[in-house]
Formats: sequence, C-alpha cells, structure tokens
Amino acid sequence: MGNFPTAVKHCLSYEQLIKDYPWLRRWLQEEKTKYPEFVKIVEVGPRDGLQNEKEVVPTKVKIQLIDMLSGTGLSVIEATSFVSSKWVPQMSDHSDVLRGIQRAPHVQYPVLTPNMQGFQDAVAAGATEVAVFGSASETFSRKNINCSIDDSMLKFEEVIKAAKEQQIPVRGYVSCALGCPYEGRIEPAKVAEVASKLYGIGCYEISLADTIGVGTPGSMLQMLQRVTQEVPISALAVHCHDTYGQALANILTALQVGVSVVDSAVAGLGGCPYAEGSSGNVSTEDVVYMLHGMGIETGVNLDKVMEAGDFICSALNRKTNSKVSLARNRKL
Amino acid sequence: MAAVVRLLNRGILSSAMGQHYLALSTVAKVKATGLKAGHALPEKVKIVEVGPRDGLQNEKSIVPTEAKIHLIDMLSESGLQVIEATSFVSPKWVPQMADQVEVMKGIQRKPGVTYPVLTPNLKGFQAAVKAGASEVAIFGAASELFSKKNINCSVDESLQRFDEVMRAAKEAAVPVRGYVSCVAGCPYEGKVAPEKVAHVAKRLYAMGCYEISLGDTIGVGTPGSMVDMLEAVTREVPVSALAVHCHDTYGQALANILVALQMGISVVDSSVAGLGGCPYAQGASGNVATEDVVYMLHGLGIQTGVDLTKLMDAGAFICRTLSRKSSSKVAQATCKL
Repeated sequence: MGNFPTAVKHCLSYEQLIKDYPWLRRWLQEEKTKYPEFVKIVEVGPRDGLQNEKEVVPTKVKIQLIDMLSGTGLSVIEATSFVSSKWVPQMSDHSDVLRGIQRAPHVQYPVLTPNMQGFQDAVAAGATEVAVFGSASETFSRKNINCSIDDSMLKFEEVIKAAKEQQIPVRGYVSCALGCPYEGRIEPAKVAEVASKLYGIGCYEISLADTIGVGTPGSMLQMLQRVTQEVPISALAVHCHDTYGQALANILTALQVGVSVVDSAVAGLGGCPYAEGSSGNVSTEDVVYMLHGMGIETGVNLDKVMEAGDFICSALNRKTNSKVSLARNRKL
Repeated sequence: MAAVVRLLNRGILSSAMGQHYLALSTVAKVKATGLKAGHALPEKVKIVEVGPRDGLQNEKSIVPTEAKIHLIDMLSESGLQVIEATSFVSPKWVPQMADQVEVMKGIQRKPGVTYPVLTPNLKGFQAAVKAGASEVAIFGAASELFSKKNINCSVDESLQRFDEVMRAAKEAAVPVRGYVSCVAGCPYEGKVAPEKVAHVAKRLYAMGCYEISLGDTIGVGTPGSMVDMLEAVTREVPVSALAVHCHDTYGQALANILVALQMGISVVDSSVAGLGGCPYAQGASGNVATEDVVYMLHGLGIQTGVDLTKLMDAGAFICRTLSRKSSSKVAQATCKL
C-alpha cells in the first residue's frame, strides 16, 4: 500500500477526492435538481373528466375524442368506466366506446372496474388494462362506494385475481391522498397503508389522487415521503386536482421527489363535485407545457392535445380550463 | 483502508459506495440526494400586493376612486405589508390611474404598511411625492423590442431617464423599487437571454433600487426557464434584493414561484383575485392571484402575515365592483361540505 499515513490522508481527504473525481462535486452539492428525463402522462379526460361533466356526451363524440387523443403521442388514455349506469349515466355507453375506438399501437386504454361484474363486462368489451379505486378516507369510501376500505380491498383482490389469470395489468388509485371532503386532513401513514395494500395485492402502479385539490407542495412532500417508505417510487403516480390552483406546484414537488407518472385531463375536463363551480382535474396542456419547458420529455404533441381539447369543449359547449389553451387563443 | 483504496482505484463510485466513502471524511458535507423538494425554503415571505396598480391598470372597466380607496383599505387590514397603490403615469396613457392623487390622499395608511407608486419619470415622481408617496417604483425591460414598442427608446436609454428620478429620490430619502419586465420571454422578441435580464437587474440595483422585481410579463416562463434566469441574475444581484412577479397566463405561476423560493427568493408579487388580464393574449389571465399564493405558502409552513379570509373579502369586494368572477381558484373553491 506504500506510505501508510499518506495513503490514509489521501483517502480521507475530501479535496483530493474532488480532484480525482471532478464530477463528484456537482453530484454532492446537487447544484441542479434532478428531474426524471421522461414523464409518462396518463390522460384521464375521457373517463375522470367526462364523468364529472354535467352534459351527457354522445358516444360518437367520446370515441372521436379518444381517437384524437390517440394521435397526440399520449401512451395511456383512460377510456371509460364499467360502473353501473344508474350511478354514472355518463359512462353507460362503456362497451360501445371501448369497441368503437381505433386503438393506436403502443397506447394503453385502461378502464375503471369497481367490481367483478364490471371487470367481466370490460373484458367482454375488449379491455386489456383495468383500474381499481381505493380511498385513504374511511368516510369517503363508505359514502362513495358504500363499503369500508377493507371491504373494498377484498373486492379489488377478486378483480386482480381474475385479471392476473388473463394477464391484464391493474392500476390502483388512492383517492383523498391529501385531504377528504368529509374527514378533512388525512394522515400520510393512512395513504401509505392503502397504497401499499393495493401494491401488495398486485396493482402495477398506484396513482395518488388529491381528490379535492386541497394539497400544497408541503402536504404533497410529506405524503410522498411516507408512501415511498412502503411503495417503490417507480410504481407511483400523482393525480392532482387544480381546485385550489395548486396542481402544477404539487406535480413539480412530486417530480422533485422522483415521481415520473402524472395523471391529467385534456382541457382540464371535469369539475369538482365537492366545490360547486370549481375546477377539478389539472389540464394536460398545462402539464405538458411545464414539462417541456423543463426539458422533460413526454412524447406528447401539445398542439394536437389542444386540438382535441378544442373539439371536446366545442361539443360540451364550454370554455377550456387549460390556461395554455386560452393563452394560445384557440377559437372554439 | 485497503478496501477504500480499492474502491477508489476501481474508478467507479456508485451512489452506495460514494456514500460509504464519504462517511469517512469529516470535511465533506453531504446532503441526501433526491429530496430537493425538502430544500430549505424561506421561513417568511413578503408579499407585494400589486392588485390596485398592476391589477386595475389591466382591467377594462374604470373603477371609481372610492372603490379603489376602499379596496386598498381592505387590503391594509389583511396583513399585507406592501400594497402598490397607484401609478403616476400620464392619465392620457393610462386612464385607470387618472385619480392617482385622490387615491394617495384618500387611503388610510396603516402603520407598518408601505404604499409604493409607479413613477415613470421625474414629473411623475414629483407629483407622487407631493401627493404623499413615501416609496416609488421604476421599471426597465429585458427586451429591446419591448422597450422600443412600449416606451419608444432602448433599454439603456430608458434606464438613463430614470437617473434623474433616482437622484431626486435619494435627495428625498425615498426608497425605489425596480421592475424588470419580460424576464422569461417577450411578446415581440420571443426568448430573452438570462444574461440580458441579469444586465438590467444589475443596472437597476447599481442605480440604487433596494429591490428588483423580476417580471414574467407574458407568463411564458416555466420552472426550467425560471431557474436559468434566476441563476444568471443571482450572480449579479444578491438574492435578498430580488423578488418574482409571475403571471399566470400559461398556468405556470405557482410552480415558478415555488422554484424561486427554492433558490432563496423571499419576496413575491401577486394581485388580489388575480386582477389584471394579459394585454398580449386576449381573454387570458395575467397576474397570479394573491389568495392562491398565500394558500400555497401557508401550506408550506411559510409565514406571510396575511389573513386569507380578509384577503378573500377584499377580492370579493373588487370583483363585485368590476362585475367579474375572481381569477383566484382558492376564492372560487367554496366547499359545500
């Protein structure tokens, strides 16, 4: 080893280390935040968006919207929901929509399946990916799907078992991840518990949803720090609502923590059922604008998304919720 | 020790090995990677409320003087420390600000609150001081074309014109705030070089402005361009003398403000109810809403001294007066439950 004291001094010297490995200084001092190079956008407009719009949209319009979105570069488009039509009339044409769309290669079209019945109908209609919806709030779970969190997990386990047999991947949602309209504050530990349960029973990805948009970068960070103790970050997504204008800042925080999957809705479709007249989903256009501005790739063509947004807003006879779209002065 | 030397000689330091190695060094200060989001944020942020000036200036309806005064008085009660009251610009250019003197004289000045006013030239400065102004603001553009189109001279010429305002302000012991517009992009030039922004900010600071507000005039900035710009500016001007003035035209304002805070900025301009559209994008929004900024800051545990409820009351008042909906999402979100 040669001169022992010198070698020791050499090894223990930070300055020497930096001299030998100059790139290390940058790494250590984290001069610039490391963001994911690529972010996958999960487009929920046709399902989460339309589900929360008052006007019932004709089937062919839904199909055209999805087809337009398929041409934008998006790789995941949530197409519809196999929920009972008496609960969600907007989604009653689920089978027709799924059968009617032109599936683009390399694009996934997941559908919501709250139970076995829904799952079977979805598969019969050609679904190749499904999603289940859990909640971090006991009260929200009971009010929304009429059963406790634990009971809902049992239902999802059934669906996931059947899905596994057919090699159909399942995505899990955790609603009320940053707050509940009934319970108020939700403990990060509870979110972690539900997320980890869903991951444990076989969901490949868990989308953490700020259902009422009350989250801020502060609560987002706290929640993610806790959840990432139980679920690998590569399996996490954020689903931010923009009801309090915090969505992009919350998404930015999630990216800084290492999340690289973001849910959003074209034109910011879908209001908030808990805050009359307020907005809901964050707009895909605004998210893509931010990501591209940060040098993060998405594979998405912003102009084409805006065209799809114009189309659906025209059909719904409403203004877009996307600020990017408004600023670019798209004519409806 | 031999093991450590072997690690070094391998020439490849994986994250785990690197951490292990550095644990041996007492000199290295290692921050854990990955949690930039938990980066030290300021404990306090000063909000500069620009609604009564920048906000109303960009609203189409002319607001009666008493309503302007009442708005400022309500804002004074909300805990805001700085409220930009009016602009001593010629009424023929900006009719909304024609009642500048009445407004200045009519407001009830709360102790501890400052009421800066815009002064585009010496004449405006003199009129401002006569009307009781105790702080003024001047502005320069980071874009040559914007400067030419807006005030018909180059950026350097515009800064020279402010020399006389600076001299007069110094003599009168009136602090001056500097604004730089188009810091993230220009409606005419497009992209604006960060070095140009730094140049103008440095000039304003050297001339004697105690604070420089960096304005994303058309709201095109993103956390990407914001960081690049702030890196360039903070090389020339101390971060404690900087503020950000983000427009929400592309919905990016809060994200941009967040990265600015992460870079050490602790002064944020905003406008109650998000008053003030964008003159360069018809129908689009302009200033970021103070309510939304305060909501985010409080959620981060950052103190602002602002009472959000009282602020929203002021916002509701001015929106009723203007017969328009609030641009603040926080104000719009009234949870039924």
